[in-house]
Amino acid sequence: MATVDMTADAAHPPMQHHYTSTGLDHRKIGIWAFIGSECMLFMSLISTYLIYKGRSLVGPFPHEVWRDPSTGHVMKAILNIPVTSASTFVLLMSSLAMVLAHDAVVHADDPNKKGYQNSKLWLAATAILGTTFLGFQAFEFTSFVHEGLTIRRNLFGSSFFTLTGFHGGHVTAGVIWLLTLLSIDIRRGLKPKDALSVDLAALYWHFVDVVWIAIFTLVYLIK
Amino acid sequence: MAHPYAHDTHGHGPHDPNDASDPHSHPTAATYVKVGVFLTALTVAEVWAYYIPSFVASHFFIPTLLILSAVKFATVVLFYMHLKYDHRLFRALFTGPFLVAAVSLIGLMFLFGKLAVRLGLLT
Repeated sequence: MATVDMTADAAHPPMQHHYTSTGLDHRKIGIWAFIGSECMLFMSLISTYLIYKGRSLVGPFPHEVWRDPSTGHVMKAILNIPVTSASTFVLLMSSLAMVLAHDAVVHADDPNKKGYQNSKLWLAATAILGTTFLGFQAFEFTSFVHEGLTIRRNLFGSSFFTLTGFHGGHVTAGVIWLLTLLSIDIRRGLKPKDALSVDLAALYWHFVDVVWIAIFTLVYLIK
Repeated sequence: MAHPYAHDTHGHGPHDPNDASDPHSHPTAATYVKVGVFLTALTVAEVWAYYIPSFVASHFFIPTLLILSAVKFATVVLFYMHLKYDHRLFRALFTGPFLVAAVSLIGLMFLFGKLAVRLGLLT
């Protein structure tokens, strides 16, 4: 069976792949290596949270009521599960919007593409959902500070704000990346040749989502 | 040097893991939506379990939540991050550090007394 030699640039002009000795694009190898290193970063932060869990000497505590002996003031369990469940749902839906954005870019030149395959719509939706998640986090942090939990208050506060703050920082970086892609899409339109660029952003965004899946269970739900 | 993922005249050949524009390398939009519904259902199940006091007090609560969380994690990685369909080097780049991190976490939990194995040696 005859094969088409794809080495000629003319045979494959739009795809600007950066092949390496592995035959794989170095940008994709790079993002996966970066995600692997991020796994270890977040696992160290989660380990620190779990090690310090239940070792705080003063409240507020995540799941237990605490009475301040000096003032007699009662502090309720500080974690707000309904609000965090909503923010978790928002981040999950942002991951769905991100894969649909990638799917739309892949099919951008397809004459049979469906109406919903609109990359601008899904990139904007992903960025909006990511920003909504950050809004939930800002609300949570603000309410915690008002209830007396700061990063210096106790071991729970230190490890909690460090862990979720690092995650929030990653979400912020992801939103900036998404808005950059959206501006390119608005300016000149993203085509199938740009699918890898969108794929890299999508991989990062999904990683941020899976980290939150772990945080939601280990920090919020397990008492 | 020949292109490592050369296709025949009918377009058949090995999937190019670099070609994110290849529509055959990823699931369809319908599959993505089904995965989204599945992930939402698992999240609802997790939160529902949290509000059942008798279940929270049982020995099954933490293992159930950990299993549900692991299934959600794996589903996103396999389907949304396409690791199920991608090159094995990408799988290795993710699962290698992930396993190192997971083993380190479990080791630290034993070291700091958060986990213990009952060997029956103590009376």
